[in-house]
This record gives sequence, C-alpha cells and structure tokens, in this order.
Amino acid sequence: MTILNGLALTRIPPEGEALRAEVRAFLQEAVKDIPAHIRAKSWSGYDPAFSRKLGEKGWLGMTFPKAYGGHEQGAFARYVVVEELLNFGAPVGSHWIAERQSAPLILKYGTEAQKQRYVPPVARGESFFCIGMSEPNAGSDLASVRTRAVPNDGGWLLNGQKIWTTNAEHCQYMIALVRTSGEPADRQKGLSQLIVDLSLPGVTVRPIEDMSGDRHFCEVFFDNVQLAPDALVGAEGQGWEQVTAELAYERSGPERLFSSVVLLDQWLAFVRSEAAPRADSIKLAGQILTRLAPLRALSVAVQEKLVQGQSPIVEAALVKDQGTVLEQFIPAAIADDLMAREGEGEAVPHALLLTLNYLTLVSPCYTLRGGTRSILRGMIARGLGLR
Amino acid sequence: MDHLITEALRDLLTGQCTPAVVRAIESEAAASAGASPTAAALWQQIEDSGFADLLLSEDAGGAGLALRDAFAVWDLLGQHAMPLPLAETMLARAWLAAAGVALPQGAIALAPQLAAADGGLRASGVRGARVAPWVLGQHGADVLLLPVAAAQASASIFVLDADLHWPASAVVSATRVPAPASLLVAQAGLVSALLAGSLLTVFESTLNFANERQQFGRPIGKFQAIQHELAVMAEHVSAARMAAQIACEADGVVADPLKVAVGKARSSEAAVEVAALAHSIHGAIGFTTEFDLQLHTRRLHLWRQTAGSESYWQLQAGQALLAADGMALDVIRQITDSSAPVA
Repeated sequence: MTILNGLALTRIPPEGEALRAEVRAFLQEAVKDIPAHIRAKSWSGYDPAFSRKLGEKGWLGMTFPKAYGGHEQGAFARYVVVEELLNFGAPVGSHWIAERQSAPLILKYGTEAQKQRYVPPVARGESFFCIGMSEPNAGSDLASVRTRAVPNDGGWLLNGQKIWTTNAEHCQYMIALVRTSGEPADRQKGLSQLIVDLSLPGVTVRPIEDMSGDRHFCEVFFDNVQLAPDALVGAEGQGWEQVTAELAYERSGPERLFSSVVLLDQWLAFVRSEAAPRADSIKLAGQILTRLAPLRALSVAVQEKLVQGQSPIVEAALVKDQGTVLEQFIPAAIADDLMAREGEGEAVPHALLLTLNYLTLVSPCYTLRGGTRSILRGMIARGLGLR
Repeated sequence: MDHLITEALRDLLTGQCTPAVVRAIESEAAASAGASPTAAALWQQIEDSGFADLLLSEDAGGAGLALRDAFAVWDLLGQHAMPLPLAETMLARAWLAAAGVALPQGAIALAPQLAAADGGLRASGVRGARVAPWVLGQHGADVLLLPVAAAQASASIFVLDADLHWPASAVVSATRVPAPASLLVAQAGLVSALLAGSLLTVFESTLNFANERQQFGRPIGKFQAIQHELAVMAEHVSAARMAAQIACEADGVVADPLKVAVGKARSSEAAVEVAALAHSIHGAIGFTTEFDLQLHTRRLHLWRQTAGSESYWQLQAGQALLAADGMALDVIRQITDSSAPVA
C-alpha cells in the first residue's frame, strides 16, 4: 500500500523558503488597503496591474526556463510564493490560470514558436489565459465534448460552446479541449487542445453571475471562428492525455487548502479581541488547525513527489478532496460560532460578516473546480484498484 | 530510521503477534490479571530482540532513536494490534534511563494522571496494566515507577486495562524522579502512532474485503457507493498518518505539545470515522468476535479515548493558535515544517 504509506513528513527546503520574507513584506504593503471580503476573493480577484507587479518582481513563471522569460527556480520556491499570495488574499485571478496551467502546458507540449510567443508575456504578468474544458451537457463528463474544430485551408474552423470558463471575459486566450476528429461517441479519442485568441471574429463571451453576485465564470460561443494552423497545442487527437496530465498538477497545491484562510485569520483576530473567548470558539480554532496542518504537510509531501519526477495523481486527489471539504467547513463552522453569540449582546463586526457572507455564497465552487467531489472519489477508488 | 530495525520488528510481529496471540492474551488477562503465559512469551520475544530499548542511548545499550524514528516502530505495533504496552515501555525506559534509574524487567504501562487517594495514589483505566508488572505515573512535577503488584487492582472497561490504587507504603518506596516533560503529551504522541498503524490495517482489510465479498453477482467494491466510502476512509487514514508523524516529530525523546495536539486530535477523529465505515462495509460478519476486524476497531476506539480525545487536543491547539499573533499559516508552518534533514 504505497498510496497511504508513501507520504512521509518532509519540509520545504531552505532554497524554497528563501523568498518568503521578501514576498511577505511586499504583500503586506500591497494589500493593506484592501478589505478582507475583497481579499477573500483571491483567485477570482482580477487585477492586471498587480499581476504585472508580480511579473516585475520575478514571481511569475518562476519555474519556467529563462529562454522563455522564466526564472528557473525550484517548484518549492513557487509553492512558497503561491502560499503567501493566497494567505494574504492577493488578487491573483488575472494571471492565475495562465501561470499555473496554460504556460506549463505550452512548455510541455507546444512548438518552439508557441513557447516563444506565448510564455514570456505570461511570465511578465501581461498575458492571461482561460481554460475551455466544460460544455453545457458535458460537465464532469469531459470526454463527451461536442465543440468541434474542422481542419480547413486556413487552419481550423471552430464551432461550439464552452461554459464555466473562469475569467474568460478578461483573458486574451483560451486553451480549449475540442473534438478534431471522430464523434462524441468515440469519447477520449479525437480530442485536441487549441489555443483560441478570444479577440477573433466569431467569439462571443458572456459572463454568468454566481449566487454571490460575482461574475467570474463565463459562457464562450464559437461561431465559425477561423484559427491558424498553429493553434493546435501538442498532437492532434492527444488532447485527452494532455488534459489529464494538466489536471493532476493543479490538485494538491496550497490553493486547495487556503481558499477560506482570509476569513479564518479575520475570525481569529476577532476571537482574540474578545474579553473572554468562548470555549467553543477555542475548540473550533483547534479543530480547524488540527485538520489543516496535516493537510498542508500532505500537500508539501505531494509537491516533493512531483519534484522527484513522480506522478502522485491519487495522492493529489486525496489532498484535494479533503482540502476542499475543509475549505467549505471553515465558513460554515465560523458562521455557527459567530451566531452562537445571539443574545449575548455582543456585536460581530460588520467587516467580518461581509467576508463570511462572501465565502458562504462562493464556497460551493470549491468542490466543483478542478474535479467534483464525486469524480475525485472515483479517481481515488481507481487508484485503490477498485475499478 | 534504520530499515533493518523495522523489517526485523515486522518479522517478529507477523510471526509472534498474530490475531490468535492477541486473542489469547486478551482472554487470559480477562481470566486472571498478570498471569497470561501467552503475554509472558510474547514479552520475552520482545525483550530478547531489544525492541523495548530502541529509544535508549547507544551507551545505555539502546539504539539511540529519536521520537521521529520511533514513529515507524509504533506504527507497526498499531498495525499488529499489539496487546502489550511496548510503545509505552520504550518511552518509559528512555525517560528512566535518562534520569539514571536502574531499569526494571518487564513491560511498563503509563498513568499520566495519578491522583491522591486515601493517603496513596490512584489511576483509572491504565492501558495494559493487567499485562504489565510496572506503571510509570505522573504526579505533579514527578514521575513515579510503581509496581502493579503493590496496588489494589480492579477491572477497567478494556480487558487489558486496570484501575489501580497504591497505598501510601507503596508510594513511599517507589522510585521517583523529576518528569522531563508531560507524560500525557508523551502518551498522546505515541498513541497517535499506534492509531496510525491500526487505521492502516483496518483500511487495508476493508479494501480486501470489498474486493472479495460478492453480492448481487459482483464484488461489493464494484459499487460506487462502497468505492466512495473507501475513498473517504483513505482520506482519513492518510491525514491521520501524516498527523501522527507530526506528533512524533522530535529530535530526542520529548515530544512537542502542539505537534502532539495535532496528531492526537486528527488521529482520534479518524478513528471514529474509519471504524464506523469499516463496520458498515463489512456488514454483520465484521461485528463478530471471530472476525479479526474487531481486534482493531476496539483498539481504534480505545486509543482514541486514551490520553485525551480529539476535543481535549483541539482545545489545546486552539489555545496555541489564539495565543499566537498574526496568520494561521505561521502556526501551521511551525507545526508542519519538520526539523528533520531532508533526505
């Protein structure tokens, strides 16, 4: 049993920790005037000026080759920067997908020309990508996508629709998973990944408002969009394998643990300010800490495996499912704690309630993005040999 | 951690600490405290192999292991439902040797909270006291090495445990040294590791059962509902095992209270969830005495109830988190950033 037995307590190596103090000092200044309920949006917070500042600091594309604008630093150095960004609730939404997924995908599967064209602006914090995977009626059943790109004299003619594409409204590009051959019944066969310039004629982006009032995900329509031949990333028909690898890397990072941490810190500050903290509040603080700390250790252990070149897909799913469950537990439990003060005549600060309300309304997405809970549990079951 | 040590221990436990042996020790202890020939035979094997002395310095005849190395040993004891207080003895011997006390023969159970009673001392629910000749107990700032034979003993809830009352005369003649740390913290740390091992065995045997047990014409593990229950079990087990490693993360033989709080709280939470899911998946057969599952799930509940349940340690961890200023991340880093050299 290597899956449950193979994750040893380790630590972020000193070269990974080296930047933490500098990043933290920068962030303390950068977010000091942003209220907590706005910081709580973090990875859906769109702020291109902030992304450019991070690019100038060299904190984007940290692991990319220098030839493509990167800094050739270790994965743990990036881990520390991301962890600090999320903990401060910095608005990382504009560059988030491009830096975390799209540029690494292009570096792995793209042509030399694609790497030179697309990657350096991502590292500078100037070029933003979204991911076109889901479609209406496809949802988690990604292999059933119907959006189709047909080869023609000009390259590819694209028709169809994507949905739940985060920040598409603000992005220059989408990497779309589309059918380039065969039929939806062929499932994983015949899928490819294409880079779509969202400014092209025939592309329509329509934001969808979520129940918190935010407009971070979008519908994107393709009506006879003509793409150049070099829109294809990787090999025709290999889109499924490429997407599977891509998803594995985004499931165990700090972003699966700390989505509710701005609220946690704000609530802790409130409880610390009380004359006599309630025993229930102390216990809840401990409950969260004693669940979160082992998960952070697991996340670091999975990162260590990635650094060693292993592919801990199931381990990452174990961390993601637990992390997102905890991320959803935090606002629910904090609401319970705060409202247990009813009748005690003690006012809960309005600013704290604003953050709580935002996370309460947005937290359903934690167990949807990057694979629903049911999909992840199915992946774990497969890793255990049950299917 | 020396791979040879864990492999040798695994061999010993696989051969000598079988479910049949665990059952025999439990039933002999139930019949007559302190008179289990099977327990005596198993203890002799352990004593001869030197495993009880692993935490002693090499000068003192041990292997000089730190708590972080002991995790792998205690984990194995948990995996095999060790019915004797061997993990406890390892720790007690290390503490006593460090204080210059001559080590007694035989297993040493732990009583982290000795209470004054009728001029003497008492302790309730002392784990393994029916199969150990000694108890190391904490009273105030001291630890005392007390012979079980000198106590008035009565049955406790778990078959291998006892409620003990030592008269004043036994207390006066006991070996007494200053406690190097909180015995409760120490016991909670080692019990986290025992839980981690038992959780792994319960998970693996439930997984095997799900692959073998046929219902409705196929193995029950082919049903999505069972698959998801096993996935949730795997999550609890992975988190608890990491938490227990954190609890044992120390250079010497004194555990860090905050790390122990994390380990004991999380492994105790997992114990309840995993035991319930295991029994649910096994159906009625898993609930029977003759089936081995109960040897472990009884221990999951027992160890969860030993040295503070999850609520106790959550309160301790919560106090530490609230006492710290700044971001929760910094307390988390203090807990998870192992001081061990990266391999």
